[in-house]
Amino acid sequence: MKGIANARRRKFTNLIAMLVMVTMLVVCLIPLVSVSWTLLSKGIPAISLDFLTNLPLSRQSGIGNAILGSLLTLLVASLFAIPFGLLVGMYLSQCASSRLATPTRTLLDVMSGIPAIVVGMFIYSLVVRPMKSYSLMAGGVSLAMIMLPVFARTSEEALKAIPETVMEAGLGLGLPRWRVVLQVLLRSALPGVLTGFFLALARVGGEAAPLLFTVGGSNFWPSHAPAELARLQPLTEQVASLPLVIYEYAKDPRPAKHAAAWGAALVLVVIILAIRLSTHAYVRWRYGQQGAH
Amino acid sequence: MTGNVMTSPVGEMSGTRQTAVPRMRRRRVMNAGDRIFLAIIRSAALVPVLLIILFVGILIAGSMPSLRAFGLRFLFNSEWQPNAEIGEDYGALPFIYGTLFSSVMALLLAAPVGIGVAVFLNEVFTSRLRGAIAFLIEILATIPSIVFGVWAFFVLVPFVRDGIQAHVQAIFGTGFVLFRGPPLGIGLLAGTLVLAVMILPMIVSISLEAIRMVPSSYREAALGLGATRWEMIRLAVLPPARSGLIGACILALGRALGETMAVTMVIGNKNVIRWSLFEPASTISSVVASNFGEAGGDNALMLPSLTELALILFAMTLIVNLVARFLIRRFAGDKAVIA
Repeated sequence: MKGIANARRRKFTNLIAMLVMVTMLVVCLIPLVSVSWTLLSKGIPAISLDFLTNLPLSRQSGIGNAILGSLLTLLVASLFAIPFGLLVGMYLSQCASSRLATPTRTLLDVMSGIPAIVVGMFIYSLVVRPMKSYSLMAGGVSLAMIMLPVFARTSEEALKAIPETVMEAGLGLGLPRWRVVLQVLLRSALPGVLTGFFLALARVGGEAAPLLFTVGGSNFWPSHAPAELARLQPLTEQVASLPLVIYEYAKDPRPAKHAAAWGAALVLVVIILAIRLSTHAYVRWRYGQQGAH
Repeated sequence: MTGNVMTSPVGEMSGTRQTAVPRMRRRRVMNAGDRIFLAIIRSAALVPVLLIILFVGILIAGSMPSLRAFGLRFLFNSEWQPNAEIGEDYGALPFIYGTLFSSVMALLLAAPVGIGVAVFLNEVFTSRLRGAIAFLIEILATIPSIVFGVWAFFVLVPFVRDGIQAHVQAIFGTGFVLFRGPPLGIGLLAGTLVLAVMILPMIVSISLEAIRMVPSSYREAALGLGATRWEMIRLAVLPPARSGLIGACILALGRALGETMAVTMVIGNKNVIRWSLFEPASTISSVVASNFGEAGGDNALMLPSLTELALILFAMTLIVNLVARFLIRRFAGDKAVIA
């Protein structure tokens, strides 16, 4: 009799534990549902063609220059992060056991843990102060600094995943090592490298904190006259940014601006999800089911 | 699935690597192209090292005036007096309090839920929906901080005000210090809740990794001895995954400490220390975000003080992250790369 009672108690405990875990799952999904629901229900009405293409000071506040500004900032960030990230990744994968590899790896980890706002302050002292103005350049560099550790480590992993036989085959054909790395290894590792790049891009795409003291914000389009472009003038100018515009609109006391904040937030999430989901789809397509966990 | 992760080829491969092909160290056999290539990638590998040195150097140099003026008192001072005529006085205590309180509370809320969800998804809920739910949670992780801020400001704050604070204060009265506060909804609790929501996906996904690494033979052994599903989880899954789970939580704590935009929007940005969930407060990142624009001009010590706050925040996150990485690495070997 005692054994049966015991079994019953154990089954009961089991049931309670399962119920608690189901509740936890529901609790976990509530904010997700709430965020997506409010984002869609308040964001969609705010979005129109004018909203997407106008300047903020036109009659209906628009976010055209902010979208362009954000894309430009991401472009500048990528121009810094891609070459450095790739080279660091190559070093870490090719000279995995050298003396410099361990400190570099550790410091990349340290870098990825620096709070974004502190990165912003650092770039403010490093770039904004010497240049004496906020600029697209400073914003791009601050995002690049957040991208670099993520991209370098994923590149390293992608390069390491190529079988050693590939390197041996290349060397056996008499190719110098640098050509094997650049022309064979890199090409085979490209899917992994690209995935890492887009993950890093999706991660910094929505960052507002490092941009607070770097891009400066703007109510106008970046300079685009051919002569100004030739002098790379947009790089040294203040530029608008989608995450910062959301912040400004949400703090504004006027309800019309709140609607604009929701619209801009939806646009930002759509852009980032597009990057993230296309990466996911690409990984699935390239590696099949087990690649995308 | 769970079993073969442990015997993944990475470990073996790096073993064969070292024996089969000599590393790039041997200078004599290298031709000119290789030497140049090695020089280039080696100098690139120096970039993170130099950046961090520069980073720490600039932060220390920037906070020097404040370090000199206030010394250690900065850490225990609650003043924030930017008026140069009265005499500037700055202290970090309320911000350190706000940062630690909101982050630790957020972790206490999110950790059980996150680990519970991870266990549930990997051990119990073995339907096809599992992948979809894990993916949804991953999507939650890609939503930017500022969007959570907007959501928290317009949805969470009214909910805290009308749904939590009103009821709690009706039941307990406002005499109890923990529940005192103006009926705004803005304050420590709102900041804590939005942080909890934001670190939840991170805890779920890293915990999932840790749980997946537990060999399936452990589970089979427990079930074979007649354990119920919960007993199997308690005896055969959680103990071996423990250091990975703790690592997940500490990593999430590191993220919460530095989180800026969402917290700044809902925490109230008042530099006071009140032991109440409903009083406005400040975190280090929120005071930096909201005061940086005013710094400079007459108040010469404000920018250095903010820089010193940033330095303190960096030190806090650095310690937390190093501990987390140590735990995760000890658990998973060098394989775990958590970006």
